Amino acid sequence: MFRRIYQWLDERLNIGPLWRDLADHEVPEHVNPAHHFSAFVYCFGGLTFFITVIQILSGMFLTMYYVPDILNAYQSVKYLQNEVAFGVIVRGMHHWGASLVIVMMFLHTLRVFFTGAYKSPREMNWVVGMLLFFVMLGLGFTGYLLPWDQKAYWATQVGVKIAGSVPLIGPYIETFLKGGDVLGAQTLARFFAIHVFFLPGVLLALMGVHFILIRRQGISGPL
Amino acid sequence: MSDKENGQGMSRRQFLTYTLMGTGAFMAAGILTPMLRFAVDPALKRTSSAGKVEVGKVDDFGPDYKLVKFKVKIKDGWHEEEAEKSAYIRNKDGKILALSPICKHLGCQVQWNTSPDRPNHFYCPCHNGFYDENGINVPGTPPQAPLDEYEVEVKDGKLLLSLTPKPRGGA
Ligand code: HEM
Ligand code: FES
Repeated sequence: MFRRIYQWLDERLNIGPLWRDLADHEVPEHVNPAHHFSAFVYCFGGLTFFITVIQILSGMFLTMYYVPDILNAYQSVKYLQNEVAFGVIVRGMHHWGASLVIVMMFLHTLRVFFTGAYKSPREMNWVVGMLLFFVMLGLGFTGYLLPWDQKAYWATQVGVKIAGSVPLIGPYIETFLKGGDVLGAQTLARFFAIHVFFLPGVLLALMGVHFILIRRQGISGPL
Repeated sequence: MSDKENGQGMSRRQFLTYTLMGTGAFMAAGILTPMLRFAVDPALKRTSSAGKVEVGKVDDFGPDYKLVKFKVKIKDGWHEEEAEKSAYIRNKDGKILALSPICKHLGCQVQWNTSPDRPNHFYCPCHNGFYDENGINVPGTPPQAPLDEYEVEVKDGKLLLSLTPKPRGGA
């Protein structure tokens, strides 16, 4: 049945080339764990992507209940976690995924480093990867404030002070991050905006560039 | 080695396609099921609204409708508040009738006897809906059912209403 539906659509829309361009290409032997088991290290990039997809999905669903307001944020998280069906699971995915995505990204970076994959002509993709790393740290930092509990509040207080210790422009960065003089209502509002709109936007754009470069340049050769 | 070994069963390619797609579908379902159930939870939650509220003394009410406002505790997710509700109440011929002022057409607020077109009717200004003096919708106007009715109870001369009005049959 699926075959018939696919054929019907393909006859009219010529979708073959679309997915072939994305998915249909040779996997070199040296990156295929079926040939050399140690090649599983080449999976870390894909796993990072997989967890990022989970973060984006679970985050979108969390925003159905979460409110970025100092009076209600904590209550809304408590409610969605304890009183909504599967709330523990959906929040759990986002909570643990946030750490796991950074672990995966780190392992992926190690593989790129130790296989020398960053060398010419792939230097720019290393740079894009580093930008992705900082965007991901930014997502972790801004997301951590959102539950508005003690841990969230004081961790952000510390993070904002660290940012404030930058020479010369430090105080400006600190005020910008806090959205004013106190760590409070305005901080939570802007951290929420940065967490769910700005950084995910940048993240998706950078991932797009990352993957286009990989298609252009291919996977680096064996050691 | 040919794709179809020994000419029996499915080809290796087909087997791999099925197992890979099956595993992928299983993982996708594992991720999406909790999220979707989470999202539709409000539609599946049971709401409890047992209990009664006091709205005044029975003697306060006569044969003409009076609009009373009363506070009801409502739980809106993590937010709890005292929401104001209202009822049109009359005590005529020994029978107490307490009607919800929420229009059965599309939910506006009806008013007692405010339209010169039909005196002694409930009037809904949104789309010119009318209900007669017993709260029965006037055929040919937008509402398709009578106004909802609160259950009433008299206790020590006080009038109590159920928390949620119930639909009435007829017309
Ligand atoms: C892609 C990488 C992302 C990372 C690394 C990340 C990280 C985090 C972290 C560390 C928290 C605190 C969780 C906790 O303390 O339990 C959090 C909370 C939150 N995030 Fe994300 N996030 C990401 C993407 C998103 C996206 C795309 C959205 C929405 C469109 C989102 C929406 C939320 C919401 C609503 C909360 C508050 C609820 C809660 O604390 O459980 N996140 N995020
Ligand atoms: S809502 Fe009352 S007539 Fe339409």
